[in-house]
Amino acid sequence: MIILSAKDITVGYTEVDILHEVSIDVQAGEIVSIIGPNGAGKSTLLKTIFGILKPRNGKVTFKDWDITGLKPNMVVRKGISYVPQVDNVFPSMTIHENLEMGAFIRNDDYSQRLREVYDLFPVMAERKKQKVGQLSGGQRQMVAMGRALMLDPQVLLLDEPSAGLAPVLVSGIFEKIKDINATGVAIIIVEQNAREALKMAHHGYVLAMGRNVLDDAGDALLANEEVGRLYLGG
Amino acid sequence: MVELVIYGIVLGSIISLGAIGLTLVYGIIRFANFAHGDFLSAGAYVALFMVTGLLAWIGIPDTTFGSLSFGWRMAIAFPVSMAVVAGVAILLDQILYRRLRAKGSGPVILAMSSLGAAFIIRMIILILWGADSLFYRPGLMRPAIELPLGAKIRPDQVLILFMVVVLVSSLHLFLKRTKMGKAMRATADNKELALVTGIDTERIIMWTWGIGGALAAAAGILYGIDVQLHPYMGWNFLIPLFAATILGTIGNMYGALIGGLTIGVAQQVSTAFLMPTYKLPVAFVIMILILLIRPEGIFGKE
Repeated sequence: MIILSAKDITVGYTEVDILHEVSIDVQAGEIVSIIGPNGAGKSTLLKTIFGILKPRNGKVTFKDWDITGLKPNMVVRKGISYVPQVDNVFPSMTIHENLEMGAFIRNDDYSQRLREVYDLFPVMAERKKQKVGQLSGGQRQMVAMGRALMLDPQVLLLDEPSAGLAPVLVSGIFEKIKDINATGVAIIIVEQNAREALKMAHHGYVLAMGRNVLDDAGDALLANEEVGRLYLGG
Repeated sequence: MVELVIYGIVLGSIISLGAIGLTLVYGIIRFANFAHGDFLSAGAYVALFMVTGLLAWIGIPDTTFGSLSFGWRMAIAFPVSMAVVAGVAILLDQILYRRLRAKGSGPVILAMSSLGAAFIIRMIILILWGADSLFYRPGLMRPAIELPLGAKIRPDQVLILFMVVVLVSSLHLFLKRTKMGKAMRATADNKELALVTGIDTERIIMWTWGIGGALAAAAGILYGIDVQLHPYMGWNFLIPLFAATILGTIGNMYGALIGGLTIGVAQQVSTAFLMPTYKLPVAFVIMILILLIRPEGIFGKE
């Protein structure tokens, strides 16, 4: 079942279009990796799905709803969460407060969800009271994901979760993403680290120059010679 | 000297109230609100209108509490004035700053427009009450309480300190314990992320203006009780307010508290060596020194 689809998206920050009629489909519960060179418009696509950018053309559908042009604070209420690439935590607040902010729009008792998120990230449970600004990059990334998961979203958008992390931490983050996916959350991940991103993806999209180039199952793209040569560094 | 320090703490606690509001607004909207000083004046004069006008007219008795210089009228006027100035601050944001923000105006344009707003508030006060100094209760002297080391403190001043402690602790609890308070801190920390998280940041901005305005009104009334009311009182507070805010690191509420006390004490103690008219330049010199030596303030990161 297709849970989220972006169809023929044309969008830009100014008059110049960054994306030209880009389309992606996401099945419920799967990991979709979007790869491509710098400037391909990968992050722009996530921002458009989440309503930070308003597309000039095209349509974003989530379940049965047309969410094109809906503001982020409304999109998040529908069941989609977004983790920006940078500045994705509240640094002067504690880990616990960051998670509470993640649940800001919930008016019900979310203590169960809080436990689940802490179970997913045991490191965080040990230092609930610590200010996030004092944490390492890898730990911050986990707080950022934990915050986004507080609403129990059906789709999680991750913008370059491994960016700026030491190589030893990258595999840890990817493991966590698989763990999150195992709880039933569909994930759209935009990555520079294309090989790793495709390894765990059920489906992958290659974007270049703001256009769809190719899409296939994750392992099929990994095995594809042209993809290997052009986008995975040989 | 001990007495000057005590008076400095009283003055400083009043500066702190104003500086906390200024710093909260800066933390979220990132511009220097030059109208903040005149919120103090507005608060003081709204209370004056209530105490000498409205509440007298509806027949609230003009009694005083024990050895304090005011009674029920002020007890009613104080919270009402805080609410009125909170409303003024929110209204000013809605009809002026919000529109400028929506048009993408930079901090300089916003600061200049706040200067205009400051003039408007001050001129309204001048038109309604004139340019003379006024008192909530003229000609009333209350015996001071003797403290060790020959220092004296008036009962009113004890109450001022008490009120500041109550207000600052309430704000602290609000920011640490309540959902809205935490959302305010989150918005100050990272506004884009707050929006992405589903926090209605425009509503947070309204709350911030409301709290800033209410605290400014409280500061203005307390100064009016301690010293006197004057249409330029808020304007004269502007430099101490900014000095306190910058000293305590812009955006940091606890820094503004400590900054306010520091500036207040420095201003009062300076009168032992300098003419009292140099109080304001003292605050100004401190501000310049911070900007030269440590522009990020005492709580800022390098």
